[in-house]
Amino acid sequence: MTDELTLALDTASAMVSVAVHDGTGVVAERSGERSGKHAEQLAPLIEEVLTEAGATRADLTGIVTGVGPGPFTGLRVGLVTATVLGYALDLPVRGVCSLDAVALGAVQHGATTPFIAATDARRREVYWARYEVTKIDGVLVPVREGLPDVSAPAELELDGLPAAGRGADLYPDIFGTPLEGPLDPSAGALASLAHLDLAQPDPAQPNPRFLLDPEPLYLRRPDAQANITRKRVLK
Amino acid sequence: MSDEPLVLGLETSCDETGVGIVRGGTLLADAVASSVDQHARFGGVVPEVASRAHLEAMVPTLRRACADAGVSLSDVDAIAVTSGPGLSGALMVGVAAAKALALALGKPLYGVNHLAAHVAVDILEHGPLPEPAIAMLVSGGHSSLLYVPDVSYDVQPIGRTIDDAAGEAFDKVARLLGLGFPGGPLIDKAAREGDRAAIRFPRGLSAAHDMRDHRFDFSFSGLKTAVARWVEQREAEGTSVPVNDVSASFQEAVVDVLTRKAVLACQENGVEHLLIGGGVAANSRLRAMAQERCEKQGITLRVPRPGLCTDNGAMVAALGARMVQTGRTPSDLTLPADSSMPVTLVQA
Repeated sequence: MTDELTLALDTASAMVSVAVHDGTGVVAERSGERSGKHAEQLAPLIEEVLTEAGATRADLTGIVTGVGPGPFTGLRVGLVTATVLGYALDLPVRGVCSLDAVALGAVQHGATTPFIAATDARRREVYWARYEVTKIDGVLVPVREGLPDVSAPAELELDGLPAAGRGADLYPDIFGTPLEGPLDPSAGALASLAHLDLAQPDPAQPNPRFLLDPEPLYLRRPDAQANITRKRVLK
Repeated sequence: MSDEPLVLGLETSCDETGVGIVRGGTLLADAVASSVDQHARFGGVVPEVASRAHLEAMVPTLRRACADAGVSLSDVDAIAVTSGPGLSGALMVGVAAAKALALALGKPLYGVNHLAAHVAVDILEHGPLPEPAIAMLVSGGHSSLLYVPDVSYDVQPIGRTIDDAAGEAFDKVARLLGLGFPGGPLIDKAAREGDRAAIRFPRGLSAAHDMRDHRFDFSFSGLKTAVARWVEQREAEGTSVPVNDVSASFQEAVVDVLTRKAVLACQENGVEHLLIGGGVAANSRLRAMAQERCEKQGITLRVPRPGLCTDNGAMVAALGARMVQTGRTPSDLTLPADSSMPVTLVQA
């Protein structure tokens, strides 16, 4: 038992996920019942998960948020919630790549060799990253190779690797049957990965494996055309 | 004084991230971060650009508002937030931030209507609102005439634009004159050097049949096209376009219709007070003509200073404080962002 209590949340997919982690494991986890509606579902879910953990906001010692990649509007709901909670409660806010959560799910369900984790990027594209499975502190975990990217499934160089996640499930012709595990990012998995970094003996953590700044991984520019030319009314 | 509620208000419905703090009807802080410069090259507000900027600006703007007000977040009695109308993705940043504050502080949350907040802001400048009042809201997204018996729960629309908002017309005319974005202040400035009687541009929805069917409605799309025709004809003839005269004459046409209908709305509803709010209320010609016409009819005009006319968090806090003071029930944590929230719904 430790005094740690982390609230973790993820809004990088159609499903909202919230969890509480006590430093040794996930003590409560909830996900939204409805797809989308992140702004409506997230705050009530946080209340529920804290109650389920037998905790109050005053017991929290840190916030972990999925930083995507994921559809922008929902992703921002999670990030602004995490950063404002952190500001108001004076707690550290840490980011973890949402794909890492999907990858951890695959490893926990038996993946031991390199694979791809992919989520739905809409517009017939997927957000994806490549993972290797290594052992940290006696636990098998996925370690991402580089930053995630966004691509059309057909343009991915899979090299025969299996794939996990909603993105794989959406395009079975390209990815085959998805690896076992949750299709969407789980806040519990994010918290577990964050704790692997936080538990490192060196507090300076010169080389965090999972922790990122709590800033969105958009991977795409805003859709907007510079439009300062005039439409003429006279023919 | 100190038993009045300390309310923090959040506004993110368009391109301004606003955090305001009030104690009752007293303004303590009005921190605004604007992304307007990022939109200029697109000639208008790009929703995704605005939403990204809201996320980046939220915590710094909260921090600044608390420092300006000299209060700690834990002193705040209630949180108010614009829950609509506005840009959906932009509203959602503010609504989620407000819920996080309500959760973290254990304080009630009030989701309020952006338009009603534009009316309520004058409490901070000129004291309690006259009841009832006629309010005219004119901005880049709205042009409405409202009958307001009580801003905390009873706002009734009596007219609105049937096409472009007044501020939109300013932006479009500024673009065709090559003045830049946003158009309002640029046209206002050019118009000061111009002759407002130089060109007689049409007054939308002012003909006899329109005054029957659209008595308190506005239309600015035809005016914008008339200005474009006039300018293009000069260009086709190879004569130079008198930008200052066109600006002044266009502005005169907008302001003439707005003030005429607003004064008429007061007279026909037996209301002695006119309030004007929204970004276009910062226009100097609108303020002058409204003052002149109200005085002539014995109507008291109230217009907040320009900084409180444009979008800000203080207006949301002001309305939230009224709701606390009048004992309105707080909103639920399931509060949605409602991009098309009707003006009759003062609180969500």
